[in-house]
Amino acid sequence: MITLNVNKKIYNVDVDPDTPLLWVIRDTLGLVGTKYGCGVAQCGACVVHMNGEAVFSCVTKVSTAAGQKVVTIEGLSEKNDHPLQKAWLELDVPQCGYCQAGQIMSAAILLKENKAPTDEDIDAAMSGNLCRCGTYLRIRKAIHLAAEIQRKGGKSQ
Amino acid sequence: MKTYTKRNLLPKKSITVFAIIIMVIAFMSFGLKNKSTIITARVENIGKDSIESVAAFMEVYKVLLSPRCMNCHPSGDVPLQGDDSQLHNSLPKRGKDGKGIYAMKCSNCHQSTNLEGLHKPPGHPNWHLPPANMKMVFQGRTPSQLAKQLVNPKTNGNKSLQQLIKHADDGLVKAGWNPGEGRTVPPLSHEAFKKAWITWIEKGAYAPKSK
Repeated sequence: MITLNVNKKIYNVDVDPDTPLLWVIRDTLGLVGTKYGCGVAQCGACVVHMNGEAVFSCVTKVSTAAGQKVVTIEGLSEKNDHPLQKAWLELDVPQCGYCQAGQIMSAAILLKENKAPTDEDIDAAMSGNLCRCGTYLRIRKAIHLAAEIQRKGGKSQ
Repeated sequence: MKTYTKRNLLPKKSITVFAIIIMVIAFMSFGLKNKSTIITARVENIGKDSIESVAAFMEVYKVLLSPRCMNCHPSGDVPLQGDDSQLHNSLPKRGKDGKGIYAMKCSNCHQSTNLEGLHKPPGHPNWHLPPANMKMVFQGRTPSQLAKQLVNPKTNGNKSLQQLIKHADDGLVKAGWNPGEGRTVPPLSHEAFKKAWITWIEKGAYAPKSK
């Protein structure tokens, strides 16, 4: 039995310790906001937070996450009012939407560590997240807007 | 009869003789000093052998320039990847401490151990590049440049020669010989590499001549 702390809730799961965290989050816990894209840490659709870092849950064994603080897109904010979520809605960022949870989770780490990122900072921070619809320019714009909302006191993680 | 004035108290001959004596003493003392320098240098050089040292380094060089070592000692700020040493997919950046930046930190994908499966991220608990303030570049270095870089604490991570010897057994260094599926190991075994590494250092850590 493995004990997980996901979105501040404690779960005891009976799974193989080598199971990728992504599988447990989606199939065992039913938190399906986090997506499966490639399974080899190449696309970023599966990004969740573990102890404040953006980990690729498709290559993170569930045993590594045992006892750590995991946050998924469902737990990023209580009322879907994280500055990034507000900016995403404001600018209609998603097209098909499949990669967007991973995009937002990666961007949240950027904004936590850099309150006023430049285009260059954003490109460097987001280079692990692919979007086959090509929404990159709207993502970049939304991150700038979210940084502004955050600086004005908008709720953050 | 000779007369001596105040300005000329000694005869010219005596002055010449004194000067010759002083010069002889000076030459002798220089000779002694040179001899002692040679003796000291000989004591310091016991066991040193530039030919053996350089030959060992050329073996070391093959390993350091192999993808398993060089890929994390790139000339730019993006690590390299694969047996063809292409730029790392997703272009992660070195960052100040060599551990990446923001959502692109090495350990976000590289776990503490290798993942099963072809070309999946290899692992080590301390996966990183050299830090931004001392990049310790291997890529593109000639044998001469790399040898000089490796022995200089200002360019080798502040390591003494003794610390360099120990570095051959560093966990991340040894990870090069356990690269995960789809990657070749360095051209020498770790044992042979370590032997060449230590021989290079103990025989004097000589740098090959630059061409």
